[in-house]
Order: sequence, then structure tokens, then C-alpha cells
Amino acid sequence: MQQLSVAVIDARHASKQRLGEQLFKSATLLAAVLVLLLLGGVAVALLSGAWPALAQFKLGFLTREVWNPVTEKFGALAAIYGTLVTSLVAMLVAIPVSFGIAIFLTELCPAWLKRPVGIAVELLAAVPSIIYGIWGLFVFAPLLQRHLQPWLIEHVGSLPLVGGLFRGPPFGIGVLTAGLVLAIMVLPFISSVMRDVFETVPDVLKESAYGLGATTWEVIWKVVLPHARVGVVGGVMLGLGRALGETMAVTFVIGNAHRISGSLLAPGTTISASIANEFNEATGDLYNSSLIALGVLLFLITFTVIAAARFMLLRLERRALSSV
Amino acid sequence: MSRALSRKLTNFGALTLSSLATLVGLACLGAILWTLLKNGVSGLSVQVFTQMTPPPGSAGGLLNAIYGSVLMTAIGIVIGTPIGVLAGTYLAEYGRHARLSDVIRFVNDVLLSAPSIIVGLFVYEIVVVRMGHFSAIAGAFALAVIAIPVTVRTTEDMLSLVPQGMKDASTALGAYPWRTITSVIYPAARSGIVTGLLLAVARVSGETAPLLFTVVSNQFWTTDLNAEMANLPVVIYTYAQSPYKEWQQLAWTGALLITVAILLLSIAARVLVSALQPSGRGR
Repeated sequence: MQQLSVAVIDARHASKQRLGEQLFKSATLLAAVLVLLLLGGVAVALLSGAWPALAQFKLGFLTREVWNPVTEKFGALAAIYGTLVTSLVAMLVAIPVSFGIAIFLTELCPAWLKRPVGIAVELLAAVPSIIYGIWGLFVFAPLLQRHLQPWLIEHVGSLPLVGGLFRGPPFGIGVLTAGLVLAIMVLPFISSVMRDVFETVPDVLKESAYGLGATTWEVIWKVVLPHARVGVVGGVMLGLGRALGETMAVTFVIGNAHRISGSLLAPGTTISASIANEFNEATGDLYNSSLIALGVLLFLITFTVIAAARFMLLRLERRALSSV
Repeated sequence: MSRALSRKLTNFGALTLSSLATLVGLACLGAILWTLLKNGVSGLSVQVFTQMTPPPGSAGGLLNAIYGSVLMTAIGIVIGTPIGVLAGTYLAEYGRHARLSDVIRFVNDVLLSAPSIIVGLFVYEIVVVRMGHFSAIAGAFALAVIAIPVTVRTTEDMLSLVPQGMKDASTALGAYPWRTITSVIYPAARSGIVTGLLLAVARVSGETAPLLFTVVSNQFWTTDLNAEMANLPVVIYTYAQSPYKEWQQLAWTGALLITVAILLLSIAARVLVSALQPSGRGR
């Protein structure tokens, strides 16, 4: 009798457990699939919002520079140009500096300083982008206007080839300023990935190079960097993805002019800055839809870059796992 | 001999430059914090926390904006983190080796670095357009979308750190996986999950772009989730670009508040991580 009741309780307990198991397992699966749906939902929602503009302008949307809300003619070329150029400037500055920071943190830094410096650099990543924006507008841009830009105009502006990039009045705000603020923003992302991949290089490799009499720099350039190449490129692409899509910091300092100028000192615009600036004032469906179409472009560009970056970093992780 | 010298010089030059690069990075952080302190502290007063955002040209505070930010962040986190934790659990436990998990991990990583303004447009399309007006709930929803990938990532990382032996011991006692997860793995990874939560709050509370066309902002005290609501990031954005002295001052003060809050959260998260895994590096 007693044995029977134990069996009954056991069976009840087991069925309760099975039910719990099913519920919990489905809940986790559902949440995981939701993440997938989120990305799909973003793509579908943006495309449907952008449809009127895309149907109206077709491929001309990509190739026209005109952006005129009054006549309702919209082309994304100026915004695409601004996005690419600011990101290029950012990368040109941020890659060498991040490389330097990663070298300092992995090879030069005394152990006690490693954590504080690493954390400080990563805190740069935690500062919200709007803070970079107002800092850029009120502090950094005036600084550039007073010091860097007049110097560039005077000394570099007269050179052949590159000179054209640095002509015109020093506005302070403009494409160059936006690029430099972006560089500061992506610095922590690139340098922390670089540091992480540098640290995956086996000590044996470095020690054998040192044993052959290589200097620290030679070890970094000829042993560490080739070994960590894929990861470094992945980190750079990740930073590039950030720079391409960054909104608030750029909106403050780019000047918001829908035109393509040869000079980096002139105001311009980027895809994200145009959306942020104009979306709430966009009266008219076509205007609104054109801005969402800009969003679709941004989505495509950043998606490609980020996907490539993640793919590279993933491959590196797999290699690290298989070598353990 | 000269070859040895040039190698030494190159080495010296490169290492000096890399130290300089680090100094530049630190100087940027220092410059930003210094500007915030210099401009923000002078505007700190009791008024900031007791009065509403003012019309142009008069004094006021940030009470409604602070309230709005805290409320929307809280709702966003409450919606976002359970989904994130569950999805992370799937990736770390049930679906660790499943094909699907690789795809989800990849998509999650893409979402993690996707521009937040895209999320703003997305929520505008599916919530604001449907409802016909801007609302705090749309803003909270946008923040939830941003919080999800952050929590998925940290949850998966932290659950993977729980020793296999603990899981095996629980399974050997006859526990179903869900019992093992809820009674053994979650408690063991508790501080890790809390870290993920803190990071999500830090990430979400400074976001401006997704709020610009979902909540917008207003000048009043409101508790109506179905209407526009003041919030710190958008107030900072509008006030900093305005020509009015009082508004600019409030923007700086708001910027200081938000940055200090976020830096404290990030540092707290880091301390928690290092308590969890003394030898590892925080992410």
C-alpha cells in the first residue's frame, strides 16, 4: 500500500517535471527564434516603409546627389558619400592608434597598469554617443577650427593631389571633424578586439622569436601580427560597422549639407545624420519614405560589413578551439 | 653594427609611438570627462531634480526627463532581458551544438553591432505608424530591442562558464535539464547574469537615436505611457543645439548625470565579472 502511494507520487512528480521540461525548453527555443525574427522583422519593416520612394526613384536613388524636399526629388548619393568618407577618415586614424594601444597593452604595459589602462580604454566605449556629439560640437570642433584646420589649409592645402582635400574656410564642423570624432569612438572597439587576438598568440611562438634575437617590434610585426591577422581584420571591420552607422556623434558635427564637396573641411551629411535630423520634420509621404530608404541602405551596408567581421572572428574562434 | 642599431631604433620608435597612442586614447577619455565635469557640475542644483524642463529663456530642471528615462529604461529592460536570458539559455544549453544556434549566434552578433537608428526606424514603422502617434511605450520597446542582443550574448558566455561537473552531478541525481538549469546553473551564474543586466542598462540608457522618432519628448510631467514623454537623451540633443544659455546648461548637466550613471554601471559590471572569474578577462 505504502509502496503504491510512493509510486503514485513519483509518477505525479515525474509528469510535473516532464511538463516543466517541455514548457521551459519551448520557452528558450521561442526566445532564441525571436532573435532571428527580429532581424527579419527589421528588414521587412524597413523595406515596406521605403517602398514608395524606391518605386518612385528606382536605381536613380543611389546615383543622384539632389535632395530637395520642396520639389520632392531625393537622391542618396551625398549621404552615401559622406558616410563612406567620414568612416574612411575614422579608420585611417583609428587603426594605427588602436594598433598602438593593443601593442602597449599586450607587450609593453607593466602588469599592474594593464587592468586600469584596459578598463579606461573600454570606458571610452561605454560613453554614450550623444556625449561625443556635444563634446565634438562645443570643444573639439572649435579646437580644430582654431588650430588644426588653419594649419592644414595653409600647409597642406597648397600641395598638389591632396591639397584639394583641405581647401576652403575653416568651419570647425564638417566631414573631417566628424571623421575624427568617429575615430575616437571606434578606438576602444578596435583596440579591445586587437588586444584579445594578440593574447591568443601562443607564448612559445613569441619566445622562439625572442630567442633568435628579435626585437619586441620585430616579434609584433613578424610573429604576432601574421598569426592574429584574421582577428585584426575582423576587429577593424567591427569598428568600421560602428563608424558607418553612428548617428548622434556625427549629427552634431557634420554640418548637415546634402552635397558632395571635394574638401574635407566642408560640411556634409551622412545617411544616419540625415535620418536623425530630418525624420521628424519630414512632411509628405515621399520625403518620409525616402528617409526610410536611406535607412535600408545603411542597413545593407552595415549588415555586410558586420557580417564579414563576425564571420572572420568566428573562424578565428573555431581555430582557437580546435588547437586547444 | 649599423643594422643592429637601425633595428634597435625602429624598435624604440615603434614602441614609443604605441605608448603615445595609448596616451592619446586616455587623453580623449580624460578630455571628455573633464569637459563634462567642468560644464555639468556648475549647473548641478536641487532644482535639477525637482523642476520640469523649462521653456526657452527661463530656469528649470530635468525631473520629468530623468523620470522618463528611468521609466523607459526599466520597461525596456523588463521586456528585453527575460527574452535575452531565455535565448542565451537555449544557445548555451539546449541548442549548444545545434545548427540553428550557429545561425542565431551570428544574427545576434549582427544585431549587437547594428546601428541603433535602424532600430528606431523599425519601431517607428511597426509601432508608431500603427498607433498613429509617438509614445513612451514605443520608446521602451525600441530600448528592449537593443537590450535583447546584449543579454543573449552575456547570458550565453556566463552559462558556458559553469563547470560541466555541476551539470553532470545534477543530471546524475535524475533532474530534468530544466531543473538543472533553474536550480543549479542559474544560481551558479547569477553574478554573470546580473552583469549582463547591468551592461544592458548601461547600453540602453544612453541611446538617443532610437528615441528620436519613437517617443520624441515634451516639456511636462506625464505618466501616460501612451503619449510623448520627456527623456534625458532627447532633451540633451535638443537643448544642446538650441541658442539658449539655460537650455545648453541643462544639456551639460543632463550629459554629466547620464555619463556618470553609465560609467558607474559599467565599472560595477566589470567588478562583478572579475569576482566571477578571477583569472579571466572581462568582456
